Amino acid sequence: MKKTKSKRKSWPKPKDMMGLAPAEYDLACNILGREPSLTEHGIFSVMWSEHCSYKSSKKWLKTLPTKAKWVICGPGENAGVIDIGEGDACIFKIESHNHPSYIEPYQGAATGVGGILRDVFTMGARPIANLNALRFGAPSHPKTRRLVSGVVAGIGGYGNCVGVPTVAGETNFHASYNGNCLVNAMTVGIARKNKIFYSAAAGAGNPVVYVGAKTGRDGIHGATMASAEFDDNSEEKRPTVQVGDPFVEKLLIEACLELMATDAIVAIQDMGAAGLTSSSVEMAGKGGLGIDLDLDNVPARETGMSSYEMMLSESQERMLIILKPKRIEVAQRIFAKYELDCATIGHLTKTGRLVVRKNGNVDADMPIAPMVQASPEYSRPWKPAKKRKPVDARKLPVREPGAALEKLMGCPDLASRRWIWEQYDHLVRGHTLQRPGGDAAVVGIPGRKKALAMCVDSTPRYVEADPETGGAQAVVETWRNLTAVGATPMAITDNMNFGNPERPAIMGQFVGAIKGMRKACKALNYPVVSGNVSLYNETNGQAILPTPTIGGVGLLKDATKSVDLALKADGDAIVLIGATAGWLGASLFLREVEGREEGAPPPISLGTEKRNGDFVRGLIAKGQVNACHDISDGGMLVALAEMALAGRMGARLELPRTDSAYLFGEDQARYIVTTANAKRLLAGAKTLRIPATVIGTVSRDGKLALAGCAPISLDKLRQAHEGWLPGYMSSKK
Amino acid sequence: MKSAIVVFPGSNRENDAADAIERASGKRPAMVWHKDSELPEGLDLIVLPGGFSYGDYLRCGAMAARSPIMREVIARADKGTAVVGVCNGFQILCETGLLPGVLLSNSGLKFICRDVHLKVANSQTMFTHRYSAGQVVRFPVAHHDGNYFADPDTLKRLEDGDQIAFRYCTPDGETTTEGNPNGSIGNIAGVFNATKSVLGLMPHPENATDPATVGSLGGSLDGKPMFDAIVDALSK
Repeated sequence: MKKTKSKRKSWPKPKDMMGLAPAEYDLACNILGREPSLTEHGIFSVMWSEHCSYKSSKKWLKTLPTKAKWVICGPGENAGVIDIGEGDACIFKIESHNHPSYIEPYQGAATGVGGILRDVFTMGARPIANLNALRFGAPSHPKTRRLVSGVVAGIGGYGNCVGVPTVAGETNFHASYNGNCLVNAMTVGIARKNKIFYSAAAGAGNPVVYVGAKTGRDGIHGATMASAEFDDNSEEKRPTVQVGDPFVEKLLIEACLELMATDAIVAIQDMGAAGLTSSSVEMAGKGGLGIDLDLDNVPARETGMSSYEMMLSESQERMLIILKPKRIEVAQRIFAKYELDCATIGHLTKTGRLVVRKNGNVDADMPIAPMVQASPEYSRPWKPAKKRKPVDARKLPVREPGAALEKLMGCPDLASRRWIWEQYDHLVRGHTLQRPGGDAAVVGIPGRKKALAMCVDSTPRYVEADPETGGAQAVVETWRNLTAVGATPMAITDNMNFGNPERPAIMGQFVGAIKGMRKACKALNYPVVSGNVSLYNETNGQAILPTPTIGGVGLLKDATKSVDLALKADGDAIVLIGATAGWLGASLFLREVEGREEGAPPPISLGTEKRNGDFVRGLIAKGQVNACHDISDGGMLVALAEMALAGRMGARLELPRTDSAYLFGEDQARYIVTTANAKRLLAGAKTLRIPATVIGTVSRDGKLALAGCAPISLDKLRQAHEGWLPGYMSSKK
Repeated sequence: MKSAIVVFPGSNRENDAADAIERASGKRPAMVWHKDSELPEGLDLIVLPGGFSYGDYLRCGAMAARSPIMREVIARADKGTAVVGVCNGFQILCETGLLPGVLLSNSGLKFICRDVHLKVANSQTMFTHRYSAGQVVRFPVAHHDGNYFADPDTLKRLEDGDQIAFRYCTPDGETTTEGNPNGSIGNIAGVFNATKSVLGLMPHPENATDPATVGSLGGSLDGKPMFDAIVDALSK
């Protein structure tokens, strides 16, 4: 932002500043040429909040690759859009609802789902799947159980009712999230390529129409709250959390999609963070127009609301539409069918100003372009993270593989999430081709041979250890997970969850992660098409692990050509693709079995990732493999155990080494596949110089047999793996 | 076979049901919006789909049961038109009184979505004649309030009249607590009316009809014989 010299001697008291810095308040006065009214002050505050303005992150977000020939719309709209062939488009985005979920887990998480659904259907898409990435504090922390229970129930309560299947996700536990859980929700939708709706208003005089639920006093200043740190009194912020109504959302989806099938809409945007303020300012701003709002016509849930309250309310399930003037009746008829409000609350003007009227008074009259353009952009100082040394695996004690594996399979970060996904309707719509529990979900598209694969991933412990490597790894892991089901990775959406950016070390994590993501996206031709930033995730100065959550979407041209991770046929050869040095730094094994959180994370070679992944995807497309699983948390033996449990089949393994580093190292760019024809597979790998080794065969025994070690019972592994989460949730302490 | 699916505000499995019927009959059912006061003429089958009609507010199915279109559905059912209610549709049928009993919250007090095993209790009806008696089939459930309850007299009437359609069971066909996902009395998953022309069930046969959805992580085709049976019986 431009520095302005202030002649002012005093500002409103800090508590009355609504989160604006003194310099920002001054700038607001300069733009208006006077002191702002209460309503105007509130509007500046939310528009320039971190949440809406991306003031700390903008500079770096701009460096991410956002283009590819299949990208129809990159970041800047409500969601990203990619071309998936046959005239179809896929629209998707991820968004955080961290602070509200910590304060009020059920409603916070529920409205997170509602908000991201609206971002996607506002562009004309029928939502076909939801995903989520959750991070909670240590299981031993007194709040964790209640948060897990409330967040999962909230996501289910909303998603199940709107009838969009929740098909995939990830959940981690770490003490750094004790005072600040993360709830990142993603929605994937499909639309016709030539029927995508954007938010830029056009046509002075066109009516501004409000549809959906009524406005109440909930969520006022939610965006400002989301841009501040927490302390012990954060519970007092509960009134800033919104309350969701999935039933109204379901009706709103159907009504909007029905209206979108007509030619009535000029532009449309959901009222998300900062409600009526951000939707009206953004729509008019993008169209270079002004907007006159008459708040007396806003459908209200309660009487006596002021313009300040109405402009800042974050009541849910509302949309703002610019209609063609002669089509108002079409909209009224459709919204009446669904018994939803539909009210003309203003019109577009040529003035370039936002004018807010209520009870005959003008409560705000402010120029839109200067407010949007002057939206601050900070170049925050940042400090690169200190490099960590690799862990010398030779100095670790020798461990019995079976015992270590059982411990890992039942540890909080690897234990089965069945308890969670069974609370989500993951089957509604009838097109869930691969259910939760695999590398990526696969969702079919009605009337088409193709399907979409989707997943969310991040490995925060890597990002903390080395932000750049960790940022790249998060992108790469989604790419690998999509590859492992046979899909061609297309694009990502990113949810950057970090601590306070005003601290150079935190800003350093953010900058490093972006650099790593940028490299990975470029090397894999896997652009960012949408995203969201959530900063100030700290409580009493304790920041979360840096968590860039990546949501990936891939395309399967022929849904029948997909594979899953389950071992299938007795006698199939088990082949390890990719090289294993035995990298234990920042690994789960080191943390869970050795009790050490240290060391450099596994290095990423993007060239190798691409080569190995393309090879595996080719094998799947040619029908040469029966099962495929990428190797990530917990390393090779964990991946194999997951494949065995999913298929209820055992394996006889002949491994070149059985040391912990080999079995549990988290070297990247690796997959396990099974095949009936190992010779053909190995020959193909050799031609392309891709490391591929037969490490055993699939068996009907209920165990994993390692030459030279005690056999590992699958029943015991299953008990550890399936038992932890339900056991934890039903225990009292 | 001429069929129609009644769509309430909040229904969300109407297309799943339509897909399953189309797979079995080759014909897409008519979709009837709840505000329409009339059903199409000459219907052979009426389906009340799954979902959250009226948001499940008040009580699951209670408001839908009192909507204008339901008067019409009851009138047709009384004349012998076949009616199937799945999940929320079952709840609505119980609320209207077309079927006995009620559906309480699951005993675990949580929403459950997973495949369950069911034992076919009566295979002599238009809905189930493609199954054999005692056959174990697998359908998914997806509900929060699927805990079937009826008083002892009603239960006895159901038993005596062969009105129980399916019971929850283990993969081996044991109708035990272990095989009961939601606490339903007598492991009851679905019931008929006295004349076996109305069926209500909590599990989703319509989500067990598409080969593309069957994989190692779940899915089944066991719902297909139910739709084939209905088409069989009603196309004659």
